[in-house]
Amino acid sequence: CDSLLVTAITAATEKVKTKRRENRFRNRNGLKSVLDEEVLLLTQQLLSSNPDFATLWNYRREILLHLETVRSEDEIQRLYEEELSFLEACLKVNPKSYGSWHHRGWVSTRLPRPDWARELSLCERCLSLDDRNFHCWDYRRMVVRVSGVPVDQELQFTDRLIGSNFSNYSSWHYRSTLLEPPTSSACSSPSTSPQTHSHRVCEEQLLKEYELVQNAFFTDPNDQSAWFYYRWLLGRAEREEMISCVYVSREGERVVVAFSRPVNALSVGLLLVVDGQPQQVNWRSAHPRLRHSPMWICDLPPGTISDTSNEHNLTVHWTERHTHRDCALYTGRSESWCRDSATDLELFRSELSVEKSSVLQSELQSCTQLLELEPQNKWCLLTIILLMRALDPLGYEKETLAYFQTLKEVDSMRTSYYSDLCSKFMIENTILKMEYAEVRVFSLCEKNLSTLCHLDQLLLVTHINLSSNQLLGLPPQFAMLQCLEVLQADDNAIENLEGVYHLSKLEEVSLRNNNITQLSDLKILTTCPRLARLDLRGNPITQIANIQSQLAELLPSITELLL
Amino acid sequence: SWISVPSTADILLHLGLSESVIAAACARVGQRVLHVDRRSYYAANWASFTFNGLLSWIDDNKVCTYFTLLFITPVNSFKQQDQEECAPLAEDQQILSSDGEPQGEEQLSGSAPTQAKKKKISYTKIVKEGRRFNIDLVSKLMYSRGLLVDLLIKSNVSRYAEFKNVSRILTYRQGKVEQVPCSRADVFGSKELTVVEKRMLMKFLTFCLDYEQHPEEYQDFTERSFWEFLQNNMLTENLQHFVLHSIAMVPRETHTEEGLRSTQHFLRSLGRYGNTPFLFPIYGLGEIPQCFCRMCAVFGGIYCLRHSVQCLVLDKESGRCKAVIDTCGQRISCSHFVVEDGYIREEQRKGVEHKHISRAVLITDGLLLQSESEQQISLVTVPPLEPGAPAVRLVELCSSTMTCMPGTYLVHLTCPSSGSAREDLQPVVSRLFTKPASAGEEGTPAVLWAVYFNMRDSTAADRSGYDLPGNVHVCSGPDAALGSDHSIRLAQEVFRQLAPHEEFCPPAPNPEDIVYDGDGGQGEGAGFSEAAQAEEGAAEEAEESKEKEASQESSPVEVGEMPDPPPAPLAEE
Repeated sequence: CDSLLVTAITAATEKVKTKRRENRFRNRNGLKSVLDEEVLLLTQQLLSSNPDFATLWNYRREILLHLETVRSEDEIQRLYEEELSFLEACLKVNPKSYGSWHHRGWVSTRLPRPDWARELSLCERCLSLDDRNFHCWDYRRMVVRVSGVPVDQELQFTDRLIGSNFSNYSSWHYRSTLLEPPTSSACSSPSTSPQTHSHRVCEEQLLKEYELVQNAFFTDPNDQSAWFYYRWLLGRAEREEMISCVYVSREGERVVVAFSRPVNALSVGLLLVVDGQPQQVNWRSAHPRLRHSPMWICDLPPGTISDTSNEHNLTVHWTERHTHRDCALYTGRSESWCRDSATDLELFRSELSVEKSSVLQSELQSCTQLLELEPQNKWCLLTIILLMRALDPLGYEKETLAYFQTLKEVDSMRTSYYSDLCSKFMIENTILKMEYAEVRVFSLCEKNLSTLCHLDQLLLVTHINLSSNQLLGLPPQFAMLQCLEVLQADDNAIENLEGVYHLSKLEEVSLRNNNITQLSDLKILTTCPRLARLDLRGNPITQIANIQSQLAELLPSITELLL
Repeated sequence: SWISVPSTADILLHLGLSESVIAAACARVGQRVLHVDRRSYYAANWASFTFNGLLSWIDDNKVCTYFTLLFITPVNSFKQQDQEECAPLAEDQQILSSDGEPQGEEQLSGSAPTQAKKKKISYTKIVKEGRRFNIDLVSKLMYSRGLLVDLLIKSNVSRYAEFKNVSRILTYRQGKVEQVPCSRADVFGSKELTVVEKRMLMKFLTFCLDYEQHPEEYQDFTERSFWEFLQNNMLTENLQHFVLHSIAMVPRETHTEEGLRSTQHFLRSLGRYGNTPFLFPIYGLGEIPQCFCRMCAVFGGIYCLRHSVQCLVLDKESGRCKAVIDTCGQRISCSHFVVEDGYIREEQRKGVEHKHISRAVLITDGLLLQSESEQQISLVTVPPLEPGAPAVRLVELCSSTMTCMPGTYLVHLTCPSSGSAREDLQPVVSRLFTKPASAGEEGTPAVLWAVYFNMRDSTAADRSGYDLPGNVHVCSGPDAALGSDHSIRLAQEVFRQLAPHEEFCPPAPNPEDIVYDGDGGQGEGAGFSEAAQAEEGAAEEAEESKEKEASQESSPVEVGEMPDPPPAPLAEE
């Protein structure tokens, strides 16, 4: 039976090919085209057994387009309606056929008098059979867009779908696209928008959404769909792209520019003007491995600003964004910087950014209530942590750490993820504290850090203490600590110093009790010309014979070496 | 006599649900089955009637002149049967003068024709459209994972019927009817529950799904009632109500473990075919015994309606029944005789305790709880209205179940009797529905017609209570429970005695796969092997159809078609 079918299909395919050739021939010879119903019929037979035959669909479209030119509107309407019912049969064969859905979309737009209501009800039927059929979701979005279905009506539709199965993230996602206002603001000039602009939903609707999603996660707190949607609802602002800091060092004749987001300075049109004179400079990122970086460095031509008796005014223009930042280097000063005045909480608020903290507060209450009922629920724990971060990161620090501990216990598969997240939060907190104190000494001892982040925020730091953590290395981003003089990183498991790269002011490095094993691991330190004191006690490398002399050879600048 | 029945049969039975299942199972494994019933319709006490059919049933049962089967003792001693009693509705009996209907209809005692003013459905209209009604004597629903559904799927009998999902579970609480959140989607969508209640309810229901795995949760309560257990589980008052009355559907004093078991049974049936645990057969529950009869007939079972057994012929030595004498005086040899409890004479069932079921059937003009769609099949649980009163179960059927005419609803009320059906059920009816005579409060449906009756329930009876030969098997009639597990279990037990080494209801092959002897003049051997192949194919197909059923969530549950059984094969020996 199968072989018979194959034979039949092969025969029919041959026939189609022949017809096509014939037609081409006739066209070329100026004969009247006979792209005719016979071919439509043949392709129909083939497609009804295999609707994923793109060539045949294309051929059909060719024929239909041709027929459009020779038939009356009513005939076309009838033809396309027949096509739609044929497609319906194809969808019954395979409801996830790319070919059928695409062709349906095409036919719907060609139809002289389209019946969008029917298309919507078709989508509804398909989604009631399989509520995650993304082909159908896509098609529905197309129909809704073209026919201008009001948002309210579509929201009601998702209400129904979510009501029948709230574990279907497709419905929640569709809901989020409906609530999101058109992204026209993203295209408009960013200079008019506030520092952080978030895609917000109107307050009244938002409260309804909170209620809906709470119903879902109280009903089944282990269902991730609702939690993901909840997190989306709570908002995530994107910081506007801007120059957040300009630092200039007279001694090194170097300018460092920090951005609010990683950029590629080579392609964004960065222009440095010193005392009204545009400078020809080469921008480089802090580390060659960072192509997109929040920090870019350039060296000025020798002598441009080296005389301490002169005052200089620098301006960095970001031509692509129509923005710039000035920085004045006064007489007698060896360095200067101009940074974003808004180094407030907003800095790290990108996770949850609802305007009203009262809303966040009440959401925190609900989640805490749920946690009392479900003390082991990871989604709830994580959401509480995020809410606390958004509300008062420093005030809730103790609770946050305790919740992270519980999270690692109840969800041991993701211990490392939670460790990294916790590290991130701890670093953020320390940065916030530092901002308040306006100091350039940065201590992160005994924070259980497993990773380092936000290093671009530490541009001005001169002393950093990372001792007693679980760090395995200093990543390339570490090179952004351009002012660093003293690095202490004792009692970690560091084996890689990749990020200690061209730190021109670095004088002292303490790496006691780490995991540095080979001389080659230390080679990177040769890029730091001022390095004078190095402490390597308690590292495997100290066991190598002759290590002292080898090190002296490798790093001649070192005056104090502890092994 | 104008019919001739075979003079020998392996098994002879009457026509209840258990009997039909036994008959199908026996015929399926090659036994010669003869079904006789004095009545003119299939399914005995499980029957469905048109409206007019029900009226004559009422008449028959009120006058009670039909034959009763007698056993053991020879010759004609007919006894009246009073298992159903029709309770006339005293105050409902008058016909509303406003609807201008003939006064002659008063003669239909046991029924109360009235008219709903808004919908204008008159009694004459009901009579005229009487054929649209399929009124079950027994009101049950099918648990999606109950024994009956499993059997229907396993045996392929499901192809003879279509089913719809019960769409709502409702309950009567604090004077009003409200929806019971029982599935995950219901709990999510419920407007009545707070989010904390939602969590508590879901947590409790999740626990019940596999309560055996967590004995520590309930072991302190094994000696105490389920009600106490619920109270101890931080469930708020309305949650306690929902779980006890609408999900477990047990009385307060039920032991914890039994309550948990009932809850689990309910929950396990959820989601197989939809958001409630129940299915209802289109055209009524009376279809189910008929489906099994059809299966029996396909495998050679013979049916004789309006024909009954007068007496049994016993073998003097063994004391076993070796034949019966039918009402025409013909002797029919048989090796087994299966009979419903209700046909047995009082003397032979002296040792049998039995209870009664109180039943009411109403035709109403509106849904108890309004919703977007008028087509709803609802189960409504009404907890005891006062201490000591029984909990009452309502099943409200809409016209798409093909059990009532459009614009009306068929409401079945059931409870174990503590008094007469009217005493038990009238209070519930008067709370939920407007009195037909009154104008009708807004939103409360009015009763257009009602009948109350009691049925005998002998399911608790012990076999040893009957004074009968060993090869006479007694089946109990319908019980008061919501599911049909009891009848199926009983059928299985009896079948095991009749054919101890045979499989119970193996999948039936598709009609087109059956090869009849002599077709195409094939030799016996070839015919046999083809039959074997056919059976294999059938087994595969049974799997397929199971999958198909499982995957089909929306009603009606598709079960395929089957031609009518051969017209009453009146075989002659």
